[in-house]
Amino acid sequence: MSQREKYAIEIKNVTKIFGPDPQSALDLLKKGKSKAKVQAETGHVVGINDVSIHVEPGQVYVVMGLSGSGKSTLIRHVIRLIDPTSGEIYVHGTDVLGMSLPELREFRRTRIAMVFQKFGLLPHRSVIDNVAYGLEVRGIGKQERRMAAQRWIDTVGLSGYEESQPHHLSGGQQQRVGLARALSMDTDIILMDEAFSALDPLIRSGMQDELLKLQAELNKTILFITHDFDEALKIGNRIAILNDGAVVQEGRPEDIVLNPTDPHVEQFVADVNKARAIHVHTIMDVDVSESCEFSVPDTARCEDVLPLFADHEWVGVVDSEGNRVGRISARRVIKALARYHKAVTTGP
Amino acid sequence: MFPDVIDTKILRFWVDDGLTWVVRYWGDGFEAAAYPLLQLLISIERFLLWLPWWFIIVLLVGLAWLSTRNWKLPAVVFVGLLFLGVMDLWEDSIKTMALMITATLTAIAISLPVGIVMSRSQPFRRIMMPVLDLMQTLPSFVYLIPVVMIFGPGKIPALIATIIYASPPLVRLTDLGIRMVDPAVMEASRAFGTTPRQRLLGVQIPLALPTILAGVNQTTMMALAMVVIASMIGAGGLGYQVLQGIGRLEVSRGLFAGLGIVVLAIIFDRISQSFGKQLQARIGMAEKRT
Ligand SMILES: Nc1ncnc2c1ncn2[C@@H]1O[C@H](COP(=O)(O)OP(=O)(O)O)[C@@H](O)[C@H]1O
Ligand SMILES: [Mg+2]
Repeated sequence: MSQREKYAIEIKNVTKIFGPDPQSALDLLKKGKSKAKVQAETGHVVGINDVSIHVEPGQVYVVMGLSGSGKSTLIRHVIRLIDPTSGEIYVHGTDVLGMSLPELREFRRTRIAMVFQKFGLLPHRSVIDNVAYGLEVRGIGKQERRMAAQRWIDTVGLSGYEESQPHHLSGGQQQRVGLARALSMDTDIILMDEAFSALDPLIRSGMQDELLKLQAELNKTILFITHDFDEALKIGNRIAILNDGAVVQEGRPEDIVLNPTDPHVEQFVADVNKARAIHVHTIMDVDVSESCEFSVPDTARCEDVLPLFADHEWVGVVDSEGNRVGRISARRVIKALARYHKAVTTGP
Repeated sequence: MFPDVIDTKILRFWVDDGLTWVVRYWGDGFEAAAYPLLQLLISIERFLLWLPWWFIIVLLVGLAWLSTRNWKLPAVVFVGLLFLGVMDLWEDSIKTMALMITATLTAIAISLPVGIVMSRSQPFRRIMMPVLDLMQTLPSFVYLIPVVMIFGPGKIPALIATIIYASPPLVRLTDLGIRMVDPAVMEASRAFGTTPRQRLLGVQIPLALPTILAGVNQTTMMALAMVVIASMIGAGGLGYQVLQGIGRLEVSRGLFAGLGIVVLAIIFDRISQSFGKQLQARIGMAEKRT
């Protein structure tokens, strides 16, 4: 049990099949038939297929996949907006599938908040009443919930729009309302289903930065869904890649970029800006004997050190306390970018 | 000629005898059950007749202004009401208004719950759809006869016939309005731990309100369309004047009373439509549609 409680979210062998008789389709699936085969033979759609993921507290865990790969189906399972055909789901060790309806409502009201791709704002309510909605459902008094809502409206930068109607705001502003609504719940887990996908690239990038900033302050557990591999690399501590409802690879962003184990993943990796994805500490030389004129922190990415190679052959890498942990050269970076599989030993 | 397969005479006897039986044994019960309806109609009628004429004008012109924030509709309403007064149609108009208001209120009280249940229960909707189709396509004279037989001529059968005729669009639009609520909004509401009741009252009904209001508007219009027929079985008011005009071949009487009905139709149609548009604009539906 203690093992179970270690994880904020644990999804274990969850399969979801849409259709009138999911059990028969499940048998076929278990015999190893593909999603397409099952659909052709039974007319049942495989939403997700035997997915297991473990999200540790404080992590930003990204599930990435193309449209139709089952991302939304997966994240909906965490708060049981969908019941699985088979499998188990635990949140902080609590069996979500074992909850009664009132328990489930209480769980949704107090333990988890969610941000939606299509925002899901209440169009007949003002911004502040939207942000306070979750607290209202929880039964918090008007005064108190509006005060909490105001704080998060200020945090996401919407001060002055409290009394506006959602449809008078831009897409980016509406999603800030969605984000503030989730944050105001003050839950330690937040689910985000393609929360930024509907936004313009520039605004999306800004929202990603803000999310990372907020996460550094609040240290929430975030399960983040996206179809954008660059976004996954930018914000994820860990990434699971879904294809046809099944996880094809799971790991740290740089491991996936350096070592794609699946042709489907390789396609994503081929298009990605690897200099941004790869942290220098994963490809550095752990030799610390020779001194370097210039050092970067071990959180730096390849793109951060590239300009330094104009003047230095070797650049040092230091940990958060300032101790040298290794060094890196242009050669190593270029090798990694050219995707020589794990050319060097990994860092700490 | 199509061959005689069955003897329809027997079938007709069955129906007729059945109805006679119902009238004989249950007639009083039905009448007693409909009595509160009559009370409602009479009180509304008395109240409206008790109000001074200028107060009703101020009230309706005020509503027209509130619904549009514009002088055009209030002016139309004002001229229309003056026409009713000047043409000596005031009292009949009030009686017709009372019938329409009573029928509409009753239709709302019945149709809203029915529409709500339809929107949540597929089997119930499957049963109700043909019933509504029947109510809308069956010529009103067909159910006028049994209704009159059961209740006797008078205001109650007129009211009931009007309600039967005017309810279906409101039921349909309530059902439609609730089912059209954006599933993304419903899901978000569910994710925050709402109960079905909280979703119904806090999300579905407020978002379906413009559609429901369109239904109320149609119900009012259909109730007005019934007033001439209703007056044949005992409802007074403008419809009765039209009927008299026909009976006595007084074209003028029929024409003016008919115009009076048109005036009422315009007033209530425009005011309720404008309120609907206001509501739509508030929740951003108007923009989405265009
Ligand atoms: N309610 C449903 N009924 C039937 N099929 C569904 C339903 N929801 C999702 N699906 C199917 O499940 C698969 C995964 O969908 P989804 O989870 O929405 O994918 P994603 O979010 O990655 O785009 C798709 O093939 C989709 O058509
Ligand atoms: Mg999706």
